[in-house]
Amino acid sequence: MTRYISILLTFARACLVRDMTFRANFVLECVTSLGWMAMNLAFYLLVFTFTPEIGLGTGWTKEPFFAFVATGLIINSIVQALFMPSAEELTEMVRTGGLDGILVQPLDAQFLLSMHRVDFSAFANGLVGVGLLAWAIPRLPQPPHPVAILLFPLLVVCGVAILYSLVIMLAAATIHLGRNQSLYDFWFYLTNFSRYPAEIYSGPWGGPLRALCTFVIPILLVVNVPARVIAQPLTGQGGIMMAGTVFAAAAALVISRWVFQSALSKYRSASS
Amino acid sequence: MTAAASDPAPSGFLARRRLGLRVWWTMLVICLEERLVYRGDFVLGTLMRFLPIVTQVFLWTAVFGATSSGSIAGYSRNDIVAYYLLTMVSRAFSSMPGLASGIARSIRDGSIKKYLVQPVDYVGYLLAARIAHKLVYYAVATLPFAGVFLFCRDYFPPIPDWTTLGAFTLSLVLSFLLGFFMEATLGMLGFWFLEVSSIVFAYMLVQYMLSGHMFPLDMLRDIPTGVAGVSVADVVRFLPFEYTAYFPAAVWLGKVQGAELVRSLLVEAAWVGVMIVACRIAWWRGTRRYSAFGG
Repeated sequence: MTRYISILLTFARACLVRDMTFRANFVLECVTSLGWMAMNLAFYLLVFTFTPEIGLGTGWTKEPFFAFVATGLIINSIVQALFMPSAEELTEMVRTGGLDGILVQPLDAQFLLSMHRVDFSAFANGLVGVGLLAWAIPRLPQPPHPVAILLFPLLVVCGVAILYSLVIMLAAATIHLGRNQSLYDFWFYLTNFSRYPAEIYSGPWGGPLRALCTFVIPILLVVNVPARVIAQPLTGQGGIMMAGTVFAAAAALVISRWVFQSALSKYRSASS
Repeated sequence: MTAAASDPAPSGFLARRRLGLRVWWTMLVICLEERLVYRGDFVLGTLMRFLPIVTQVFLWTAVFGATSSGSIAGYSRNDIVAYYLLTMVSRAFSSMPGLASGIARSIRDGSIKKYLVQPVDYVGYLLAARIAHKLVYYAVATLPFAGVFLFCRDYFPPIPDWTTLGAFTLSLVLSFLLGFFMEATLGMLGFWFLEVSSIVFAYMLVQYMLSGHMFPLDMLRDIPTGVAGVSVADVVRFLPFEYTAYFPAAVWLGKVQGAELVRSLLVEAAWVGVMIVACRIAWWRGTRRYSAFGG
């Protein structure tokens, strides 16, 4: 374990050195990433000029909703920084045969393939998320319980674990498809479901969709549970949701590991 | 293409036209075959474009549920859903994934030089490739599009008259050309900057918001700019972006009619003309300053 942490830190250091070698590019990437986020925030502000809350009686008024958005920013920035760049590279490695070089390394292939690249510019959104959360919390209708503040980081880690599992399973699909240029797009579309409070998925179609995105692909647990713990009062149902999120994170990690290993066993080298 | 290129140069006008068409057709067929090599990836990419619309439908349903007004910026809840679905059709025509970055990459890695020594027009080749890309996309996407539209038919107003349908079709064709030449021009900035990924990303941001892809631009009508009597919507109307998503959808929904419709189509056509000229100038000036070394 210590060996892997040491290697991970070495990867991170190498990526940071590379990023700092091209400082202007790094700054530009941060700025464009922040631009995307600012555009989304502007959209939410526009929505709140037409309505006092997202969904009647849901409690997702402006400040709680921005606490929700901030939580999403933090979780997504961690995944974007630590796992997405490596997963994207895998799609080309399969097609070009570059994966062969990774498989003969004396290290766990999933570790190497999912964590060898760190995109430090992606942390910019996370920092803004922390700032937005700090702005929203004092303005919430009810201040969060101290226990909720303690549980929040654990639930954020669970959210990251669920998203990591999804990234790994999507990357594994590359091995079957030969090429998966749509990985990033699919990731964007899938995480789109987690960008809004679960309450918006209601009605004859929304109910089953909500159940699907909670129990089958637990994407709705990723942001909703940690954000709800901070932005809305703790209830008995909240305890069940938190336990469910921890369980879902653990199960997702195990299943994604199995899917990835199964896909690797079917890999046929593309190189000569 | 090989046979066409090895033929002696034809002399008559018609023969030259025929040769040009043959070359263009060959390029189109090659591009079609290339698109179909990775079918799994392509089908997956096509189908999942429907996913964001689902969250938008639920989001706006929740917004309308929490507000006492049955209309937002002149749109009912059904209008909003229909609008988002129609912008998907607009974007199916105007979006050009990978075009600008592909041009910039071929400038950076030097592969563009083969087009400089071959009797092939690079912009024409890119246009053929893009048409091939779109044809494959429509072939794959028509069925899911038809299914989704049939499923959501209750959200749509009655099918518009033939004139509006004609204007809608024309606006889509123009949006394809506008999207193509805007992105191709952007990619040719690679002759000056080599790495244009940040510029492309910034363009995508602006395009996504100001094209009406994110929300109907009519919602900006009450957002002030600071200048008396001028809203953000008024400023956006002076830019070409709205023709790549908002305008065709607005035409179908009857938000733009009569003289305003004719005027808007003319403005869209003018923007296409401007971007064709800009693209050609960028290519002409860029290739004159371009230099490549090695084999």
